[in-house]
Amino acid sequence: MSAAPLLLVEGLVKNFRGLRAVDGVTFSVNAGEVVALIGPNGAGKTTVFNMIAGVFQPDGGRVELEGASLVGLRPDQVCRAGVGRTFQLVKPFGNISVEENVLIGALRWTHDVAQARRRAREVLDLLGLADKRRQMARSLTLPDRKCLEVARALATGPKLLLLDEVMAGLRPAETDRMVETFRKLNRESGLTIVLIEHVMRAVMALSQRVVVINSGKPVCEGVPEEVVRDPRVLDCYLGQEKL
Amino acid sequence: MSRQAILLGLLLAAFALAPLVAGPYLLSVLVVVMYFAYVGQAWNIMMGFAGQLSLGHTLYVGLGAYTAAALFVHLGVPAALGLFAAAAAAVAVGGVIGALGFRFGVKGVYFALLTIAFAEFTRILFEHIPGLGGPAGLFLPVGDRGGIDLIHLRGHPLMFYYLILAMTVGIFLLCRRLVRSRLGYTWLAVREDQEAAAALGINVFRAKLTAVMLSAGLTALGGVFFAFYYNNLFPNQAFSMNRSIEIILAPIVGGLGTLFGPILGALILTPLGELITMATEAMGFKAAGIKQLCYGLSLLAIVKFLPDGVWPWLRTRLGLEPDAGGEGES
Ligand SMILES: Nc1ncnc2c1ncn2[C@@H]1O[C@H](COP(=O)(O)OP(=O)(O)OP(=O)(O)O)[C@@H](O)[C@H]1O
Ligand SMILES: [Mg+2]
Repeated sequence: MSAAPLLLVEGLVKNFRGLRAVDGVTFSVNAGEVVALIGPNGAGKTTVFNMIAGVFQPDGGRVELEGASLVGLRPDQVCRAGVGRTFQLVKPFGNISVEENVLIGALRWTHDVAQARRRAREVLDLLGLADKRRQMARSLTLPDRKCLEVARALATGPKLLLLDEVMAGLRPAETDRMVETFRKLNRESGLTIVLIEHVMRAVMALSQRVVVINSGKPVCEGVPEEVVRDPRVLDCYLGQEKL
Repeated sequence: MSRQAILLGLLLAAFALAPLVAGPYLLSVLVVVMYFAYVGQAWNIMMGFAGQLSLGHTLYVGLGAYTAAALFVHLGVPAALGLFAAAAAAVAVGGVIGALGFRFGVKGVYFALLTIAFAEFTRILFEHIPGLGGPAGLFLPVGDRGGIDLIHLRGHPLMFYYLILAMTVGIFLLCRRLVRSRLGYTWLAVREDQEAAAALGINVFRAKLTAVMLSAGLTALGGVFFAFYYNNLFPNQAFSMNRSIEIILAPIVGGLGTLFGPILGALILTPLGELITMATEAMGFKAAGIKQLCYGLSLLAIVKFLPDGVWPWLRTRLGLEPDAGGEGES
């Protein structure tokens, strides 16, 4: 018997009125891993994140963090349990500064505003937003807003980071830089990451394992090189796009 | 010392020294200015910091006023003690409204409607409580207007002048501390985006509730001042929609969520109102509601030309740093 994985998702189901958006999604993530969750538009990827993060209650299935169930917890409780997440549709705190956005994330683990500010600066440095820290968040470009989403989630000090298409819309060079940042975080602080991503360049470079879903159902799972050659994946997703 | 602090010091000095030169009328206007700066600041905690719109805020003024006044009139409880009961009553009622509204996900305009409903309900309730004078009003015995009795809050108008000055300075300093605190940042996050705030570990319900309760309690202290300064209370005034609107005008005109906004707004609006009243009286026509109309027009002008309020605009003109606490650069 091995220890419980960091994240366990089993038989997850979610219905939106008539639509079964998620139907039996199952995967687990070990501490220190980087796992990608991919699939075509509307496959249910964001819905899976929302169920892990406590935004939606699943209609069936289990979500566990280090063996403890997350089902029924509110989003803030899931965050305090150690899960940081970004939003696909970014949600910056527009009328406060970039630094204050990130500082608020750091206040998850410290009551000391000065300490939170120091951490915010470190995180902004890491993500290359340091020179924009005094700007209002609403004045950022979309790529910078995506970056801010990551910075804020990272500042909460998560064990597990859920990234929802943070590299969409970035230029290849920016993508590479962000990939490098996540690699470094993963290597140096053992941060576990689950990322939803359409940018295959990032998926291939970053993830150790890929989980594919389609129409809410699991398709296959494996190392990136195998998954991209899997006929089922080519059929439902990658075949239609590049590659 | 920052230019911000110098400006504040000058303003404070002007108010502190005004009684040396100003006559009774001007002093009474300045009292009203500071009163609206005070309650505006208290309302701003809820709306400007936490983003929760209360359109029935006079409820807390009225509750505070009636609680302290009734305790004084019927039981002889001095204001210095009555204010605790006044604040407690408002905090409790604010807590109930907040808990009801936020628990059932009543948001934005609908929450604002809920606050109006409670103010109206309380007005009707108070008209039917004989011990509070009903519609005929509750009157505080006017004592010796020459002395200074801070405990019972009876005495010379100058005592009230300096009391409201102290309250206004006090709430300014408190709010300045708050916006730079963990709680303040929590409110700003909730104001900006509740879903994102929750994703960062913030208990949104609790954050909103603390904002409402603190705002209610502080507003009630303004009500205590009001009761003992004017010595009469009527439900259809104390709990009227008009009063609620008056409370929120100064911070909106001055600049929502800023620390100087409520002060500046009150400095603009109260004298404006006085001028309008004087002008219409001098011209010899009595037009009820002309003051409200002018307030409405000035509000329109602000919304149209300075949508962030006067202070953010003036601050940039003066080359001052933002107040901090959520006022980054554009
Ligand atoms: N709150 C909601 N209410 C109703 N239907 C929803 C809701 N959220 C998602 N859906 C539906 O559920 C399905 C899955 O959506 P989801 O956002 O999870 O897809 P996705 O895999 O993240 O897609 P994309 O790659 O486009 O982001 C879609 O058909 C979507 O329309
Ligand atoms: Mg999605």
